[in-house]
Amino acid sequence: MKNLIEVQNIKKNYGKKEAVKGISFNVEEDEILGLLGPNGSGKTTTIGMLLGLLKPTSGQIFINNLKLEENRIQILEKINFISPYIELPKKLTVKQNLYVYSKLYKVKNINERIEYLSEKLRIGELLNSITGELSSGQKNRVSLAKALVNEPKVLLLDEPTASLDPEVGDFVRTFLEDYKKEKKISILLASHNMNEVTRLCKSVLMMKNGEIIDQGKPEDLIAKHGRTNLEEVFLKLSRSNSEFN
Amino acid sequence: MSLTRIYGLFLRHFYLITRSFPRVLDLVYWPSIQITLWGFISNFFATHTTYYNNAVGVILTCAILYDFLFRTSIGFNMLFLEEIWSRNFTNLFIAPMRIGEILTSLVITALIRSLIGLVPAILLTSPLFGISILDLGVFLFFLFLSLYIFGITLGILVSSGLLRFGPSFENIAWSTMFLLAPFGCIYYPIETLPEIFQKIAYLLPLVYIFEEARNILINQTVNIENVYYAFMWNAFYFSLSIALFYYSFDAAKNKGTLINMGE
Repeated sequence: MKNLIEVQNIKKNYGKKEAVKGISFNVEEDEILGLLGPNGSGKTTTIGMLLGLLKPTSGQIFINNLKLEENRIQILEKINFISPYIELPKKLTVKQNLYVYSKLYKVKNINERIEYLSEKLRIGELLNSITGELSSGQKNRVSLAKALVNEPKVLLLDEPTASLDPEVGDFVRTFLEDYKKEKKISILLASHNMNEVTRLCKSVLMMKNGEIIDQGKPEDLIAKHGRTNLEEVFLKLSRSNSEFN
Repeated sequence: MSLTRIYGLFLRHFYLITRSFPRVLDLVYWPSIQITLWGFISNFFATHTTYYNNAVGVILTCAILYDFLFRTSIGFNMLFLEEIWSRNFTNLFIAPMRIGEILTSLVITALIRSLIGLVPAILLTSPLFGISILDLGVFLFFLFLSLYIFGITLGILVSSGLLRFGPSFENIAWSTMFLLAPFGCIYYPIETLPEIFQKIAYLLPLVYIFEEARNILINQTVNIENVYYAFMWNAFYFSLSIALFYYSFDAAKNKGTLINMGE
C-alpha cells in the first residue's frame, strides 16, 4: 500500500524547548492513524508541521510523495484539516462559506460538490443558515464539509468529535469510516476519545514529551501492556516516567 | 497567481460586508461625519485666515485625502484582523493560497471598502460646502493612487506585525496612522514643523502628496517633483512592506504563531 504521509525524523524546537524530538512515521492510503498523547506531548505541533503552518527545525515531510517544503501549494490543494479550535467565518451562511472555500481550493463544479456534501453530511437544510448561529453538532458537520470540499487525499483531524453529543459523534465517526473506505484517503486522527480511536484507527502512535513512546495496532498495544482497553494503555503510558523519555 | 483564489478570498469579505447593514453603515458613517466636520472647520478658516482665503476647499480636500489614506490602511488591517477574530486564520493559511494571492485579494477588497466610505463623503461636499475635490484635476488620480499605495503599505506593515507577534499587535494596527499624521503635514505646510521633524517628514510620501494638493489648489500650479518623490518613497516603503510580510510569514512558521492565532 502506498504511503500518503511520510514523516522522517522531524524535530521542532521553540528556542531551547524541544516540542518534537525527531519522530518518524508513515500513513498509508486508506488508513486512519491515531495520534495519541497527553496535552503538550507534541501532537498539535506535529499536525502544524504537516499542514505547513510550522517549519520543522529538521527532518522531512512527504505528502503523496511530494516534499512539503518545496511543494506547499500543490500539497495543500489535496490536504485538509478540521479542529474544534478553528472556525469558519461566523457571519457568512453555510453555503457562502462552502462556496468561498471551494474557490480557494479551485474546486470545479462547485454547486455539485456542495450538493453532494450537503446530502452526505445532512446539512442541506442548513445551507442558508448563518454559520455562527448553528449548534456545535451542526457546526462540526459544516466544518467537515469544508474539510472535504477539495476531495482531500489526506485529512488531518484534531479532536473531530469533541463536544458532540453521542448521536452526532457516532454519525461523524460512521461518516469518516465510510468516506475513507470509498475514497481511499489517509487520515491522521488526534483524539482523546479512546473508544473513537479504537473504533476508527488501524494503528496508533503514542506521543509523550515530543517523542513517540509506543505504536502499533490498538489491540496489540492493549495486549502488550496487559490492559483491557486503550484508555488504560494511554493512562499507563502517560503516567509513566523516564523509561519512555 | 490564481484569479480564482483571489476572487474567492475577495468573496469572503464581500459576503461579510453585504450581509451586515451595520458594517456598511460603519464604512459610510465615519468618513461622512469626518468630512462634514472638516467642512465646517474649513469654512471657518477660509473666512478668518489669509493663508486659506484663496482656496476654500484646501482643508476639506486634504481631509478627504487623509480620510482615504486612513480608510485604506485601517481597511486592510481590518480584513486581516477579521480572520483572527473569527478564528478562521488557520483555515486561510492551510488553503493553497500564495502570499501574493492573499495580499492581492486584500488590496482589492481594501480599495472597495475605502471607496464605499469615500464616495458618499465626496458627494456630500458639493451640496454642503460648494467644493469639488475634482478641482485637483487630473493630478487628483495620482494623489489618490499615491495615498492608496501608502495606505496599503501601512496595512501590510501592520499585518506583518500581526503575523509575527499575534493579536497582541492589534493596538498598533489602530494607532499607526495617528503616529504618522503629524509628519504627514496634512493640514499645514511643512515649514510649520520643527526642523528635525521636517527631516523625518521628507522621508515619507505623505508630505509630498499634501504639499502638492495645497500647491495645486492655492497656487494653481503643478510641481511634478512632488508627485515623483511621493511615488519614489512609496515604491521604497511598499517593497519594504512586502519583504517584511514574507519575512514575518516565515518567522510565524518558525514561532508557531499561525497555529495559535486567535488565542
